[in-house]
Amino acid sequence: MRFLQAKLMTTVAAVILGTMPLSAADLTIGVKSEPSSLDPQFHVLATNMQVAFTMFEPLVMMDAEVVPQPALADSWENVSPTEWLFHLRDGVTFSDGSPLTAEDVVFTFERVAKVPNSPTSFTLFTRQIEKVEAVDDQTVRITTLRPHPLLLTDITSIPIMSKAAASGPAPEGKTTTELNRGEGLIGTGPFTFVSWQKGADLVVARNPNYWGNAPEWDQVIFRPMTNPAARAAALLAGDIDLMEDPPTANLDDFKNNPAFTVEQAPAGRVIYIALDQQDRQSPGIGGAEGANPLTDKRVREALSLAIDREGIVSRVMGGVAVAAGDMIPSTFFGSSPDHATAPKVDVEKARALLAEAGYPDGFTITLGTPNGRYVNDARIAQTVAAMWSRIGVTTEVNAAAPPVFFKNRDELQYSAYLGSWGNSTGENLTTLNAQASTFNREQGTGTANGGRYSNPEVDALITLANATMDDDQRKALLEQADGMVMNDYGILPLHFEVPVWAMRNGITIDGRADQYTLPQGVVSVE
Amino acid sequence: MPVFILNRLMQAAGAILIMSILVFVGLYLVGDPTSMLVSPEATDLERDAVRQSLGLDQPIWVQYLTFAGNALRGDFGRSFLTGQPAMQLIFERMPATFELVVVAMGFAVLVGVPLGMLAGLRPKAISSKAVMTTSILGFSLPNFWIGLMLIMLFSVYLGVLPASGRGEVVRLGNISLSVLTADGWRHLILPALTLGLAKAALIIRVTRAATREVLPMDYIKFARAKGLRSPRILRVHLLKNILIPIITVAGLEFGQAVAFAVVTETVFSWPGMGKLLIDSIITLDRPVVVAYLVLMVGFLITLNLLIDIVCMLIDPTAREKVRD
Repeated sequence: MRFLQAKLMTTVAAVILGTMPLSAADLTIGVKSEPSSLDPQFHVLATNMQVAFTMFEPLVMMDAEVVPQPALADSWENVSPTEWLFHLRDGVTFSDGSPLTAEDVVFTFERVAKVPNSPTSFTLFTRQIEKVEAVDDQTVRITTLRPHPLLLTDITSIPIMSKAAASGPAPEGKTTTELNRGEGLIGTGPFTFVSWQKGADLVVARNPNYWGNAPEWDQVIFRPMTNPAARAAALLAGDIDLMEDPPTANLDDFKNNPAFTVEQAPAGRVIYIALDQQDRQSPGIGGAEGANPLTDKRVREALSLAIDREGIVSRVMGGVAVAAGDMIPSTFFGSSPDHATAPKVDVEKARALLAEAGYPDGFTITLGTPNGRYVNDARIAQTVAAMWSRIGVTTEVNAAAPPVFFKNRDELQYSAYLGSWGNSTGENLTTLNAQASTFNREQGTGTANGGRYSNPEVDALITLANATMDDDQRKALLEQADGMVMNDYGILPLHFEVPVWAMRNGITIDGRADQYTLPQGVVSVE
Repeated sequence: MPVFILNRLMQAAGAILIMSILVFVGLYLVGDPTSMLVSPEATDLERDAVRQSLGLDQPIWVQYLTFAGNALRGDFGRSFLTGQPAMQLIFERMPATFELVVVAMGFAVLVGVPLGMLAGLRPKAISSKAVMTTSILGFSLPNFWIGLMLIMLFSVYLGVLPASGRGEVVRLGNISLSVLTADGWRHLILPALTLGLAKAALIIRVTRAATREVLPMDYIKFARAKGLRSPRILRVHLLKNILIPIITVAGLEFGQAVAFAVVTETVFSWPGMGKLLIDSIITLDRPVVVAYLVLMVGFLITLNLLIDIVCMLIDPTAREKVRD
């Protein structure tokens, strides 16, 4: 069978190389999901952002390593803790030829809160902004409600629209429906809109008025293909040039085949296990006489030490992941230097810690996991369960369809669950705010803190960091807070997913840690 | 006849009512759509605002009555995910599914009926046994597997047919069709074949059984005794009499395929309604799921009605039964 497969692949290679398409300047990408809308302010969703960034650009744009870089603004200054001035780049025009001015920026920011029916509003990124004004044609002043160090990263998610093109009778100007049809879809990005058939191809073409380096492709086609095997087959058949997320089981097939290459991005999204730390009889825990053993730090440490992270990376993830010692990669701003590498597995020490905590015979626990939301999620949970059972914590896996899983998680029905967190700011503040701050509904802290970890000292450090504009000082505060969370075993990071793309030989992609597939980052290689 | 049709339509209304309640409650119990839609960085208050704007903060019976009231006026709500009217989303995808299913069923009937008759007329012949064995494979192999094998063979190995998408389409008003271009046909063949193979297998078996049943009948013997030629016996006396089970099965299978061509559409990235249904179930996009199922119950019941009417037109005895 293996031999047959190999033979098949080489034949395929010959066929494909023999029938290279004539219009070599078209690029077809097999994407794993389609945008819910082309309106760049409708729904905070990675698929939508990735499409928006082909046609639009923000003032400041994240690079592949998630560090903010000048885009439409070529410089900026922080006049006072709450006042920012952004200087627009000279000579930028929209794809219809009209020049970019500060008025377009003001229009764009004002439109955010007016878009109706949004499943997640972009106010997520503007909620700290008090007002946006045009100082002159080339200068924009943004005033924040309070000192807000994350303003730069927030505005990387607000692509600038053309005021002239996107104005209309509705309060928000061009409506989401109109933008979905391509009306008013005018940006400054490297590509312009051609056509979109929902469920099928989205086509964009090179923007003739682009201010930056012209992209290599005349036309780019995004084809949504939810099924990974179908994407792989389409790549093998030469239907598409590039695919997102090849199945980990087939990676070697693509690597060993001379007609294809595989590219990786820097690690980004973390897979973790959250542990219920509330003082209650935790659901799914047995043999602990009504107590919640997870409130004991020694137990949490034992559970962490029992996990062979390298083993998961090599055997479950097919090598395309990085074992994690922290919730964000060590290259990100404000990660704890003490936790840059993943802890080593230590079964003996784990057993000793359990005995010390009063559980020499262990206990039983149920580990919740979504099935089909993250790469190999249920298989990872099974592996962790086996590792925990090895130290006496008999673990049963409760795998559920994602909607069911999220419902149970939000109702705090899991003592332990497998989750994932993508940090899109490159700065630890967002991760700490959402994952490690004490959960507080009114203040909106700890929004993703499903284990309800709480440490007043950590909270104080995070609050301080949220108001510290000086980068060095903030970095020190974040590192300290992060180190404390990790030393508390407040949450157990497992590994970082490494975004992977498979493509036909002859092209390469600038892999991004935020997992966006941007066609301007795809180039031919000689 | 009008009473019969009226009866059927009332049954349809009842079925739609029951089904919409079941789907509503089912999706309500499964989970909270906001956790699938809202960014994890949103605060609880922002989440509640979304829940409120989608009407999800109301008790389930209030939500249902609101839905039912709007539905009676033809408004099936807006998709949670895209904010567009749910019915519009479905109608946009409908032509793609219909053309796929029509081609698949056409293939199934054109292949299935002659082969089935052949197998029924000469049950002992080796060719007949081969047909029957192959037909077992046809409907016992899973659909997605057949699809992937066809892709491996025709797209990957031979490189003659594309593995995904619809190819070049022609727009007629709001409807876009692949069947009007050569490139569209190239894209259509593999998914239609995948969908059609199992249907063809079924039709072979039904045709064979019906043929075997009709052959020993007195009127066939009588026709033979009269000295009629074989082709005429087959066409007039045999085919006409086995047509009723074939039409019934083909019609039902057509309805099934339209409503649930999900697997084939997913494997071939065919932008039809089935894919929309699956995507909507995954994201708990309730308005789309409910609208879809309401539409499909209506469609399937209408289709059944049409089948019955056609059968009645062919077979006088069926007309008698309705009259009683």
